[in-house]
Amino acid sequence: MPTHVMNEALGETRLDKGAQGLIGKPLDRYEGRLKVTGKAPYAYETRHGEGVAYGVVVTAPVAKGKVVSIDTLKAFSSPGVIHVLTGDNLPTNSAQPSGDKPAIGGGQIHFYGQVLALVVADSFEAARHGASLVTVECETREGRYDLDAERPNAKVPPPGNMPPDTARGDFERAFAEAEVKLDETYRTPSQSHSAMEPHAAVAEWQGGQLTVHTSCQLVGDNTRQLAAALGIKPDKVRILTPYIGGGFGGKLGIGPEAVLAAMVAKEIGRPVKVALTRQQVYQVTSRRTDTIQRVRIGATRDGRITAIGHESWCSNMAGDDYFEPIGLSTVFLYAGENRLITHRLAELDVLMASAMRAPGEAVGMLALENAMDEMAEKLGLDPIEFRKRNEPDRNPEDDKPFSSRHLIECMEEGARRFGWSEREARPRARQEGDWLIGIGMAAASRKNLLAQSSAEVRLEPDGRAIVLTDMTDIGTGSYTILAQTAGEMLGLPMDRITVLLGDSALPESSGSGGSFGAASAGSSVYIACEALIERLARKMDCAAEDLTLKDGTAVAGNRQVPLVELLAGEALSAEGTLQPGNATKDHHQASYGAHFCEVAVNAVTGETRVRRMLSVCEAGRILNAKTARSQCLGGMIFGIGTALTEELVIDDRNGLLVNHDLAEYHVPVNADVPQLDVVLLDKVDRLASPMASKGLGELGISGAGAAVTNAIYNACGVRVRDYPATLDKVLEGLAEGGGRQ
Amino acid sequence: MRPFEYQRATDAGQAADLAVAGGRFIAGGTNLLDLMKLEIEAPRRLVDISRLPLDRIEPTDEGLRIGTLVTNSDLARHAAVRRDYPVLARAILAGASGQIRNKATTGGNLLQRTRCYYFYEPSAACNKREPGSGCAALDGFNRIHAVLGGSENCIAVHPSDMAVALLALDATVETLLPDGSSREIPLAELHRLPGETPHIETTLEPGELIVAVVLPAPIGDRQVYRKVRDRASYAFALVSVAAVASMEEGRIAAARLAFGGLAPKPWRNEKVEAHLVGKEPSPTLFEEAADLLLAEARGHGANDFKITLARRTLCAVLAEACQGDK
Ligand SMILES: Cc1cc2nc3c(=O)[nH]c(=O)nc-3n(C[C@H](O)[C@H](O)[C@H](O)COP(=O)(O)OP(=O)(O)OC[C@H]3O[C@@H](n4cnc5c(N)ncnc54)[C@H](O)[C@@H]3O)c2cc1C
Ligand code: SF4
Repeated sequence: MPTHVMNEALGETRLDKGAQGLIGKPLDRYEGRLKVTGKAPYAYETRHGEGVAYGVVVTAPVAKGKVVSIDTLKAFSSPGVIHVLTGDNLPTNSAQPSGDKPAIGGGQIHFYGQVLALVVADSFEAARHGASLVTVECETREGRYDLDAERPNAKVPPPGNMPPDTARGDFERAFAEAEVKLDETYRTPSQSHSAMEPHAAVAEWQGGQLTVHTSCQLVGDNTRQLAAALGIKPDKVRILTPYIGGGFGGKLGIGPEAVLAAMVAKEIGRPVKVALTRQQVYQVTSRRTDTIQRVRIGATRDGRITAIGHESWCSNMAGDDYFEPIGLSTVFLYAGENRLITHRLAELDVLMASAMRAPGEAVGMLALENAMDEMAEKLGLDPIEFRKRNEPDRNPEDDKPFSSRHLIECMEEGARRFGWSEREARPRARQEGDWLIGIGMAAASRKNLLAQSSAEVRLEPDGRAIVLTDMTDIGTGSYTILAQTAGEMLGLPMDRITVLLGDSALPESSGSGGSFGAASAGSSVYIACEALIERLARKMDCAAEDLTLKDGTAVAGNRQVPLVELLAGEALSAEGTLQPGNATKDHHQASYGAHFCEVAVNAVTGETRVRRMLSVCEAGRILNAKTARSQCLGGMIFGIGTALTEELVIDDRNGLLVNHDLAEYHVPVNADVPQLDVVLLDKVDRLASPMASKGLGELGISGAGAAVTNAIYNACGVRVRDYPATLDKVLEGLAEGGGRQ
Repeated sequence: MRPFEYQRATDAGQAADLAVAGGRFIAGGTNLLDLMKLEIEAPRRLVDISRLPLDRIEPTDEGLRIGTLVTNSDLARHAAVRRDYPVLARAILAGASGQIRNKATTGGNLLQRTRCYYFYEPSAACNKREPGSGCAALDGFNRIHAVLGGSENCIAVHPSDMAVALLALDATVETLLPDGSSREIPLAELHRLPGETPHIETTLEPGELIVAVVLPAPIGDRQVYRKVRDRASYAFALVSVAAVASMEEGRIAAARLAFGGLAPKPWRNEKVEAHLVGKEPSPTLFEEAADLLLAEARGHGANDFKITLARRTLCAVLAEACQGDK
């Protein structure tokens, strides 16, 4: 099987030559028509008809304690109820993406809302009513719900996405001696992914073989997690997840609903559907941690950073040592001889904390980029100028070269287009009626990741190609860019390509997470196609590099042979695998960008409304200008939510996630999102992957929220360091006369 | 969801009859169904009134009579409403979303229940949902809760925007009782304060059907609705102010002020209005009005900011309503 290990840069490829002209084109989504005509079903909408049973989850009414008894009698006698599943071995919530399987309760309650039982009935309504009749008796114990209170007990976690501590030079000393200093603490709350499609699974056994329709991001890992939770071999499990209504990290680990559906389907010998209610999606899947972040920057009077420190505290439930890599970007974004980046993890009796879109950057850059703005002001420097003065030429952590880095270009391009030069450095300089107008910017960076990924590409005798991989499309555009890649490589128009995804029976891919999907899965298709091209070249009697494929025709020298003729009734198939290699180790790889934002802050009420926003993004080769733009827009909107509205409130008396529905957990709505603009700098980073593209899906969110709060400061002189900047916090500053010069 | 019986009403009298014992009217269903899914409401019988001929807006001698089944969308876009009662159109459009307003009805909007988080969480203590169980919001997360009119048993706010505007317009509610009689209830008397019985929210009798809302002629054409909220749309009011006023020779001739987001019912304080009448508008006067409004306001921690916010919003709304010399 052709495998490419990413040890060094490839030279020019067919993707550069662009014979078919597909790569980079703003093509519509491959599955777009299905989606807008309602023909791309959610997991729950599969397997209709006779014999299907419905399960509804029963959750814990307290956050900590021991389950004494669960009374299921009433539920059992309720009409339509078939079965009530209880026991110490039920999954409590979603699996950690890197975990073997979901945690189990073991007779204990670990957080408010934990899964305790599943009521199964002939209809969803009967199951839901049955679930309300289950009563739980528990011995309640005092729990820990407040990160601030637990901060002194926080521990050094084992290495995760990054080491907990990164240090260089003597930070404390350099900071103490710095001519200009900033020392501020920022807070971000817990957040919930809030994908459109709630978690759901439909499980059916045939003999010892299990099929599960569900909505998940990492088919390979999720198949193994599900098998492990059930105590069976992974090859007995088939997961199907062709269309996914959003994930944002909330579907990286297998959800409890999939495990429960499979468990109970086996017990009752019927297919079972389990959907979490919207409230339960908030309560029993996972959340983004709350954070406390202390940022210290020391600089010379002319604005050169001599010391940069980013110490952070986050939370997770007992026994889970995943920590949010908050300081990921602080490691490499700015120069400075003396550096200290630390992560501490506190135990809370609250739902598991896990990855949510741009884990690390999404919250870490709020603090860092806010601090950079504050420091620029102290130094009397323009925020962009301050960043430019601290542009490193190598990774400041270990002096390794950058594979590519265009941060300054992003900032300059953005500044020019946004009209940055008209910005008044002084807050409260612009007012229109009751509205104070300000603009702000922030840098964006997202560490680039690559993951092992395989795909099969088949050339059918009729000259069509089929791409097969268990890769997922969580709304990101995977279908489209994989079709474009195969089409470009094999010289076929889009309508000659079929892409099959989201099926664990297909070659295992990277899955969708960490913005690695397009480069990783795309490369596997590239590699498979290269193998096919070799074989086509042999048939043409030429060297592969002398073969051009375009519009279904093979061209070598002055010979042109239609593919169909060349194949002569034979199908060709190849599987390609990409493996990360030394290129990642020898170079520092990241995507970069710059966000610009204009806000209006109401001088009476403290309400903030974003008026316009621009992000300039650089992520290597852009594979599809339209889906890439959409990814950036989505990230920017996440940024607006992070800055202004999103907060999963934990009741610090009892651990209840208070606002667990979409009415009160405020994601931005259309009216909060004005005209957004995205400019993509189309570059190539050949060290990143054979696709020469870097991660893009999470770049748009990284730093975006800081551009918003920096703009708030510029508008009204109120610096909110406790996210989100809801009107009560801005109002407090306004009422105290904040920023009145 | 608890099993229930469903009956479609054929006329208003029959509807009232069907609803007397354990029945519940369903109109747009946008609030009731959500509550039934969580079994916070568990009626034995649903009486569907949505097909009754109560969906007309008719002019009266002085004002308008709005059938209870007029949807929020239709009411907001009605020409006479937009011309004579713009405060109402604006309040409605500031609420919910387009889809919900297309379903939501006039009566249903008035009788929608609070959005208190703990009310919606069956495992939390809540006197409104389960009398006697306590109030989780009092010393809990009460950012959206009342600073006026609450009690030690409940500090939930009434969430409607429309009702706030209707209150400022001196609306009256027309009802039909199961015994066939009808009555008129001033909007100010429709909702009750929680006191000892937060689960009893209105002065309606069991089975009493709202038939229409009647608007008198507006007292002035200076009308403002200002809703302050966490998102630009699709969020309930943290504070809202409806103002209807008229000016004569530089003085405030008449004023009606109603408030949302502050209290368990749409809030009005006639002392505030009386203080304004006959005076020349000025920042000092507005501050005095705010003093009167908020004299008894009390925060519970997370909602303390509402007191400052209400003051500032009221002053801004008064300034807007009184500006210019038309
Ligand atoms: C996410 C969300 C956001 C929202 N945001 C806002 C907002 O910002 N501002 C706002 O004001 N509202 C908001 N709403 C609430 C919305 O306005 C109400 O749900 C709607 O007005 C209720 O009307 P309905 O006809 O659907 O009532 P239903 O749900 O049918 O009924 C509600 C109640 O009224 C009773 N009822 C209905 N008609 C009559 C009658 N004729 N006589 C006696 N009793 C009757 C029912 O028995 C029931 O108890 C929001 C709702 C949702 C779901
Ligand atoms: S404020 Fe009222 S509705 Fe909310 S918890 Fe307390 S009693 Fe229940």
